[in-house]
Amino acid sequence: MSTFWSVFVIVLVVAHLVGYAWLLWSTSKMPEGAKIGETTGHVYDDDLEEYNNPLPRWWLIKFYLLILFGFAYLALYPGLGNFAGLLGWSQTSEYDKEVAAAEERYAPLYRELASIPIPELAKNPQAMQTGQRLFGNNCAVCHGSDARGAVGFPDLTDDDWLWGGSPEAIKTSILNGRQGVMPAWGSALGEDGVDQVAAYVYSLNGRSAPAHLTQPGAAKFAAMCASCHGADGTGNQLLGAPNLTDNVWVYGGSLNAIRQTIRDGRQGVMPAHKDLLGEDRVHIVAAYVYSLSAKKDDPSATTGVSQ
Amino acid sequence: MSHEAIEKNIGLMGLLILIVVAFGGLVEITPLFFQTQTTQPVEGVEPYPALEFAGRDIYVREGCYNCHSQMIRPFRAETERYGHYSVAGEFVYDRPFQWGSKRTGPDLARVGGRYTDDWHYAHLINPRDVVPESNMPGFPWLAERTLDGETVAKRMKAQRDYLGVPYTDEQLANAAAEVDGKTEMEALIAYLQGLGRAFQHKR
Repeated sequence: MSTFWSVFVIVLVVAHLVGYAWLLWSTSKMPEGAKIGETTGHVYDDDLEEYNNPLPRWWLIKFYLLILFGFAYLALYPGLGNFAGLLGWSQTSEYDKEVAAAEERYAPLYRELASIPIPELAKNPQAMQTGQRLFGNNCAVCHGSDARGAVGFPDLTDDDWLWGGSPEAIKTSILNGRQGVMPAWGSALGEDGVDQVAAYVYSLNGRSAPAHLTQPGAAKFAAMCASCHGADGTGNQLLGAPNLTDNVWVYGGSLNAIRQTIRDGRQGVMPAHKDLLGEDRVHIVAAYVYSLSAKKDDPSATTGVSQ
Repeated sequence: MSHEAIEKNIGLMGLLILIVVAFGGLVEITPLFFQTQTTQPVEGVEPYPALEFAGRDIYVREGCYNCHSQMIRPFRAETERYGHYSVAGEFVYDRPFQWGSKRTGPDLARVGGRYTDDWHYAHLINPRDVVPESNMPGFPWLAERTLDGETVAKRMKAQRDYLGVPYTDEQLANAAAEVDGKTEMEALIAYLQGLGRAFQHKR
């Protein structure tokens, strides 16, 4: 605040409090000639009169004390312009203290857990309860509170991974995010081309599709799609290119959904959580996510989830 | 000035009451109009680009502020969930601001970048498709209605001419073409994805 406004505030606040004190003092004296028990002489509604008694002493004293309290408050806390108050209190310093206290209490716990390798941490029931909370607050909005995903958001409980299911790959996905890039092929392929490639992709996991579509589709797939999805369509986790030969479909496996994916492309985004959560907590969430699928092939792993 | 004179002259009493009441406003409100903290943008805050500007109007029209605040208070419980607490300089181009006063849904001050465009699309069409326990209404009509570029450009110009938002001539000239024919859904998502960018990802 500039000096002018600081002075402006101080003068008005002090004048206001002094004004109150003056008002109290000046009205607590009986007017000259007036006596206790007399009326003011006003008559309202035919017969309503008011006594001209002094203000009750207890009330007056309370009011004076309140004014004193006001000055004491303004001396201790910020309120008078740029004067910060004798206690040095501020909203942000309170916040910083609160955060520092929490950090002191929780950071060592997180750090301790974060020092345990993910496969081992995934078997620690207590850590997995923490992981579940973190997952619920940060991941469930897209991946679902049961982590089974939705259309466009991968299921994390199966053992099929776009970007790799190793502990390190999961942690990297959460820390730095991922950006899937499936280009739109509609204009390059034309409607017929889209139909052909879609039919071929549809048939890749063993479903039957008309040969007059899949044959030209296969040729086009080899030319345009194989560089990411592989010649056999099993995908490439380095690029986040999904395996097309299984029955897991992020954007739906119906012929129509596949067609739309090829024609318009897909830009799946996993936001980065490094700055939001910090590395220690990401480690715990990664372990939780790892535990969701790991428990299926390793019966000794437990998620520690009680529900 | 006697008690009687004031009590029997309602105009005079009104004036004196006004003076007494004005103290609070003079002290608490007036200085804010002249402070850097409240009138200058914090680093990184820019006037809304055309599409986000149009999305903001839709946010207001649909009454999003009735259930969503855009004001993260400086408490750990809030910053843990939403990110860095809000500061005054983030809102200088918000006319009117969308702080809100009720959180039926979560605070949105830093929702930008938290979710993907696809997620917002699915969520705005039918929130329960992605968040089964949500009680937010769906806004499917946003995907069908398109924007009129000229109207958006005029509103942006009004913000510059009458409210001092520093849009450049170039921005105003391109505004109509940038948004014309885009759906309201695209605009709203662009607005949401831009929220809180200046302090984004800081706790």
